[in-house]
Amino acid sequence: MTPLNITTKKASALAGATATAPFLEVRGLTVKFPTDDGVVSAVNGMDFSLERGQTLGIVGESGSGKSVTSQALMGLLKGTSAQVTGQAMFQGKDLVTLPESAMRPLRGRNIGMIFQDPLSALHPFYTVGHQIAEAYLVHNKASKKQARAAAVDMLGRVGIPSPEQRYDEYPHHFSGGMRQRAMIAMALICEPELLIADEPTTALDVTVQAQILDLMSELQEETNSALILITHDLGVVAEVCDNVLVMYGGQCVESGPVDDIFYDTQHPYTLGLLNSMPTLNSASSRLNHIPGQPPSLLDLPKGCIFSARCQYTELAGDGICTSQRPELRLEDGHGKRCHLSGPQIITIRNSR
Amino acid sequence: MMTFILRRTGSLVLLLAAVSFITFTLFQLGPSDPAAAACGQECTPERVAEARVALGMDQPFLVQYADYIRGLFSSRMIGAPGAQTLCEWPCLGKSFQTNENVADIIGRSLPYTFSMAIGALVLWTVTGVGLGLLAALRKGSPVDKFIVGAASVGVSLPIPVTGLFLLLLFVNQLHLLPFTTNEINSPFGPQGPGAWVANYLLPWIALAVLFSASYIRVTRTNMIETFGEDFIRTARSKGLAPRTVTFKHGVRAGITPVVTMLGMDIGLLLGGAVLTEQIFSVPGLGFTAVHAAISGDLPVTMAITMLAAFFVIVANVVVDLAYAAIDPRVRLQ
Repeated sequence: MTPLNITTKKASALAGATATAPFLEVRGLTVKFPTDDGVVSAVNGMDFSLERGQTLGIVGESGSGKSVTSQALMGLLKGTSAQVTGQAMFQGKDLVTLPESAMRPLRGRNIGMIFQDPLSALHPFYTVGHQIAEAYLVHNKASKKQARAAAVDMLGRVGIPSPEQRYDEYPHHFSGGMRQRAMIAMALICEPELLIADEPTTALDVTVQAQILDLMSELQEETNSALILITHDLGVVAEVCDNVLVMYGGQCVESGPVDDIFYDTQHPYTLGLLNSMPTLNSASSRLNHIPGQPPSLLDLPKGCIFSARCQYTELAGDGICTSQRPELRLEDGHGKRCHLSGPQIITIRNSR
Repeated sequence: MMTFILRRTGSLVLLLAAVSFITFTLFQLGPSDPAAAACGQECTPERVAEARVALGMDQPFLVQYADYIRGLFSSRMIGAPGAQTLCEWPCLGKSFQTNENVADIIGRSLPYTFSMAIGALVLWTVTGVGLGLLAALRKGSPVDKFIVGAASVGVSLPIPVTGLFLLLLFVNQLHLLPFTTNEINSPFGPQGPGAWVANYLLPWIALAVLFSASYIRVTRTNMIETFGEDFIRTARSKGLAPRTVTFKHGVRAGITPVVTMLGMDIGLLLGGAVLTEQIFSVPGLGFTAVHAAISGDLPVTMAITMLAAFFVIVANVVVDLAYAAIDPRVRLQ
């Protein structure tokens, strides 16, 4: 595919998007898990939208609801005890209310998913090629031979050398990076328009991480798909994302274009995250962590979810941070869920 | 593969040697006197001594054992000097009780044990794995709770209880089934497969109630664990049909512990289901073994013990081969 081709495709997609509803629009997505100890509020009202060709990064620590959000979009929570409410419009269909039988044709075909640990995500008893061809055969009327050819071709496209031979090997024959490539091949074999990658590089070592990210970006450009990248790695976000959504306690605390998030940070939690990243020239031998622990999802605080760990609650005054949950305020496409005003945040940023 | 089979055959031979030696030794140490038993009710000390010579029990222990082992490889003469008879290869000795060739006794008992084992096996595997899978798929539902509860009851019901209850109900009261007869020991006999099934159905059910209980529990636990695996989530995210996810991706991965159990149980059962054969008067290996052990019939006891050990070991090898067939990560080396 020539670069020229890509640009025209992208341009037409963008032109289409302005006329119609967003490609993916999530409104008030909430996921609750009833347990013996009470109701776990894993995701508490997520709003975001995504266009084709764009990459959205969802960042947050463990238990912030990143993966649950993606599983809710994938419909993988259907048939479990999870209670999913809200709306997720995708191609005119609401992924939240869509019954399992109608969701299944979308999975793999229109929405692909890449998981964190490719060793446990691939079936140990079937060959890598078989598993990829299987994904092709569910959604395409094709012979086994055609499916094999498609899978071999896809293995080649994700950079697996001698794909014809590797087709017949098992996941345990593959190295970690190769496995993740195979996983990507499986997710992309039907060329889904939306790809959700749930911590795709977490289980890989750093050099392989970069390769996998490059590969995903390349393939995304080729097919002009939308990508949701779930990660806790801010470096990854900076490298590949167009927009970022920072999650904390099942809520979006800050969202916006990637440059805004990194250079015009508006939320104390995001500031804390950025501040905790080690830098090459820092003299300190200790990392700057955010003190405290994430809130219990069984019993979320009444006020701002981050208030218990926030150092700046006094700045907002009147104990508002602990009594009132802030709304997500949008300004020029940059949203924040914080009671502090813009100038206050700038003062905080400068004081660091 | 070849090395695997050679090595396993080697260990089979060693284990059988050990089992035979231990059985032989235990028998010598035991309180029973086969010579006295063989000579019958009206016995004089002289006749006991004669019987002892005839049975070869006047020889030193190791000589007796060596003679016995020799018989496994060639024909040998058995009996008192002057009254020896030929015991043809494979010579497992002659019964102290009936002077019959032990190999013949075994050959006669085996079809009964096989008949019992095969039906019970099919019945409990189907019900055990089927119900266990159903319970796993409906985890937490009333169906699941009922199955788990039934399994707890089943596992605590001893064969004499279920067996006698089944006999009372289906044979004595309802007259639905005939009482087990010795005349049928194969589905290919003159009475046909229907009569074979009718004859063995109750012992099958009695065994299946006991065994399927543990199969239900193992299947349920493993399938619940497997259904929570990442690769199941991957299979669903590919858009595969629930049936494909459950069976092709789930069951194949979750079933391996059941295969292990099955192998062990087949091995054990082929050695004779002692209680079941007693209750239903099926003259299989277990039935024969009990009578041989009570009457101090060393050659018969030896043969059945070794055969049982043989079945268990072979079943183990089969389990290993099955594992390699199911799981590509298992290499036979």
